[in-house]
Parts: sequence; structure tokens; C-alpha cells
Amino acid sequence: MRDVAIIGIGHTKFGRASNTLLELFSEAALQAIDDAGVDLKDIGAIFQGAALPGFEEGQVTPPGFSAAELNLSPIPATRYEGACASASIAIREAAMWVASGEYDVVLAGGVEKALSMGTLYATRTFAMACHAPTEGPVGLTFPGVFAMAARQYSKNYGISIDKLREKMAHVSIKNHRHGALNPLAQFYNKLGDLKVEDVINSRLVADPLTLLDCCPFSDGAAAIVLCSAEEARKYTDDPVYILGTGQGSGGPLSKMEDLTKPVSRISSARMAFKRAGLVPSDIEVLELHDCFTIAELIALESMGFFGWGEAADATVEGLTDLGGKIPVNMSGGLIGKGHPIGATGASQVYWLVKQMRGEAPKGIQINPVPEYGMTDTLGGDLGTLCHIILGRTKK
Amino acid sequence: MEKKYMVLTFAEYEEGLRNGKLLGLRCGSCKKITCHPMPVCQWCGGRSLERMELSGEGELTTFTVIRVPAEGFEDDAPYIPCLVKTREGPCVIGRLDYDAEQATQELIGKRVRMNGSYTYKGDKYSGGAHTCPVFEVAE
Ligand SMILES: [Zn+2]
Repeated sequence: MRDVAIIGIGHTKFGRASNTLLELFSEAALQAIDDAGVDLKDIGAIFQGAALPGFEEGQVTPPGFSAAELNLSPIPATRYEGACASASIAIREAAMWVASGEYDVVLAGGVEKALSMGTLYATRTFAMACHAPTEGPVGLTFPGVFAMAARQYSKNYGISIDKLREKMAHVSIKNHRHGALNPLAQFYNKLGDLKVEDVINSRLVADPLTLLDCCPFSDGAAAIVLCSAEEARKYTDDPVYILGTGQGSGGPLSKMEDLTKPVSRISSARMAFKRAGLVPSDIEVLELHDCFTIAELIALESMGFFGWGEAADATVEGLTDLGGKIPVNMSGGLIGKGHPIGATGASQVYWLVKQMRGEAPKGIQINPVPEYGMTDTLGGDLGTLCHIILGRTKK
Repeated sequence: MEKKYMVLTFAEYEEGLRNGKLLGLRCGSCKKITCHPMPVCQWCGGRSLERMELSGEGELTTFTVIRVPAEGFEDDAPYIPCLVKTREGPCVIGRLDYDAEQATQELIGKRVRMNGSYTYKGDKYSGGAHTCPVFEVAE
């Protein structure tokens, strides 16, 4: 298998978009192609994440139309669907195909128009990533899933719900502070100075999670161009290499031993570390799936960055912020930057590459430029997990 | 004879719920109980399964109060999804029959028992109506 590099990246402004799904994806794709300096005709295949296009625009099989819109027909173009992890599994597959030697240069990314659906309908369609037979009739929502996880976290570690709410608030404060500095974020120049009281006093969505514990619904797209590592320097002086990936699957919540220790995430992260030959202490920047404040804590512990029950206090102490042990979600994460679900994994990769090139916006760039970074993306109620480890040098 | 892959179908499980019964499967290999039904044992993957009925009793392991519902559940809010570890071993998800305004963390660990079921009429995406168990606090 060949080593694989990222040579171009693209990212639309997250928030509300009037453009069509196809236009959004094309915009991110063309940015990535221009950034890579490749010719459109060099693209061998498209790997596109999209979770709910059928419900957003009545559009099934968007990648074929994306290929057509970029005048790339008839190259293979495939949709990957893993709910909120769709783009990550698309990128993982793209890397595998390039590594195999089948393609030399490919386009991967994702797109979503969730904000345009409105809260009620969007909540319904997001809940489709729950286990429909058992969790459907209960009326479970995504905030509901993580609210149940938060209560289990509180119980497991003997932290009162009121105390846990204060600790979780620091995730929202940090990620909104970062997002407010990111011009492509949904909350750019907004909510950058939240206080604990702001988070815990905002509207209850699913007890104990409030609106400011949750990421927003968003429209947006992100894309990257990948090629074989030996060709990368032909196109760019700053290639970023895919050192390892992992993927894991979960199941219905009722079959999970403990919502705060998801096996799907633990095994996916371990797979990625093993492939990369790295351990958590090697990683210098993380873009992880903070769909809810509690989700960031669970992710940090499941990936091995903190011991069980330790991520809450670590966050309060600033260990996950700039200058801390492991800076997390410098882009604003899903909470501050927005969460167009099918695009999120590609957005996470985009912001890691920005960090590694030293091109992140003022105030959120890590210095010195990080050598190794990692993404964590979660689809459904822990049903599809994906991790991608990036590095500035080949293994 | 045609081989039967589903010893207890999901529709039969739901019908059981509507009749006040929590139905499951006993594994011939590891003797453990699977509920809701699956084509293989949820613990060991064993395929020698026979139907059984659970007591409907267990312990509440977590819950939430949904304030912002999904489309189709507007009239239900606020309502309480919960996870219950049954006396027989497997966890099941359902609703808790309890005053949403009084539902606090102290509920976790309480003994509960199934006292009925809830049937959601379904929407155009749900493939018809579906049923989940409803639990009440037993202490
Ligand atoms: Zn068994």
C-alpha cells in the first residue's frame, strides 16, 4: 500500500446557505482543486459524504451530479453515509483507494444543508440515525442520547448534576471562544465571551443539556484533494500525510454497556493509533466531535487523552485549550464552527491541515506548528465512529 | 422445511409489549437472555435461541427529559426516555411514567417495572406504528 498525502483543501462559510447542495459541494471542491494546483481532469474519483440530502432537497445520489457539475463525468463518484461521520468515512475510503494504487489523485469531502430544514424537521431527520425499531417510538432525540450519557457520567464519577453542568459549560465557552475567531464559523464574532451562567441558564433542550451545550444545525461543505505521497511535492511544499485511520461500529443504545465508554469509539481510535504507530501523547492538536459538551469529555476519555472521569476537570483547568496538554477544537469545533453533518469530517481535516501549515486564523493558531493532529467523528448515537491521524512528515 | 432465522420477530416482540409482556430469547450456548430480539444471542452470537418472557422488572440506569421534541412528538413533550437494566440481564430502552418536573438524578438506580407500553402512530418515514415499553418506579 502507498502512503497518501493531502495536497489541497476547501471549506465554505458555515451557517445558512442559499446555494444548492451541489453548488456548496462544488465551491469547496474547486477551492481544494485550486489550492492543490491540480487540473480538474486529474481527478480520478469522487468520495462524497452526505447524510440527509434526500430530506433536505429531495436529492438522492448527489455525487454523480457533483461529478457532472464539475464536468468530471463519467468518473466514479460515490456517496458515503455514516450520519455525522459521513465525510470522515469518505476520506478514509478515498485514502484506501489511493493507497491501493487504483487512483492517483481523488477528491473527497462532504456537504449538508441541515439549517435550511428548520429545527423540528431537522430534529426528526437527525433522529433517523437512532435505532429506529427501539429508539424511534420512544421519541429519542440526539440531545436526548447525550443527556442520558451526561446523567450516567454524573452517576459514574459521583459528580452532582449541577457541578457537571458547570464543568460541561467550559467546553462550550472554549469552543465558542475559538469559533468566534474563525471567519468561516457559523458563530464568527459571536458568543466569544460566554460565562458559565450563560450556558447553564440557556433553554433546556434535553435535561440536563441546554441550547448552549448543543452544536447548531448548519449548512456547508468541505473538501480535500488527496494523492499518493510520492507525487505530493510535485503539487505543494506543504503536504500533510494521512498516517493512520480507524473506524468502528456501535449499535442500539440498549446493547451498550455504558454510554460514557463507547466501544465503537475506543476501538476506532486504537485502530488509528496502531496504523499510525503513535500514541495519544504524540498528538498536538485534536479536532473532535463535540456535538454536545458532554460528547467532548466522552471523546477525550475514549481516545485515551485523559483517564475515565478526568476530562471534565481537565477542561476546567484549561488542559484542552491553547497552551494546555492537548488543544482541542481550535476551529471552534461543532459547537462554535457549526455542524453541517455530512461535511463535518472534511471540515475537521481542513482545520488540522490549516494548523499544520501555520495558516489558522489569528488567535487560534498553535505555535509552534503541530507535527501530528487527529480527528474524531461520530455518526448516529455512537453507531459509526471514524478517526484520522495526520502528520507533517511521512512515517 | 425452510430454515427459520428469526425465532422472535420484532413485530411479535411489539405485540407482546402491547399485551403487557416483555418477550426475549434464551441462548442455548451461554444461557443468557437477549432482549429486544435479535437473530443471534446479543452476548455470544449463539444461534440456538428459544423464546422466553422477562419479568419486566429492573433498575433504571439513566434517563432524560425531552423538552425539544422531534417532529411528531410535539404533543408528548416533556417526556422521559429511559434505559432499564432488566433483572434477567439485558438493557431495554423505553419511557418512564413519571412527573417530568420531578424527575431528578435520584431516579437513577431505582427499581422499576414495566407497567404498559407506548405506541407511536408513526409518520411517513417510520414504516408504520411502533411500540416501546413503559416503566414505573417500583419503590
Ligand atoms: Zn449466548
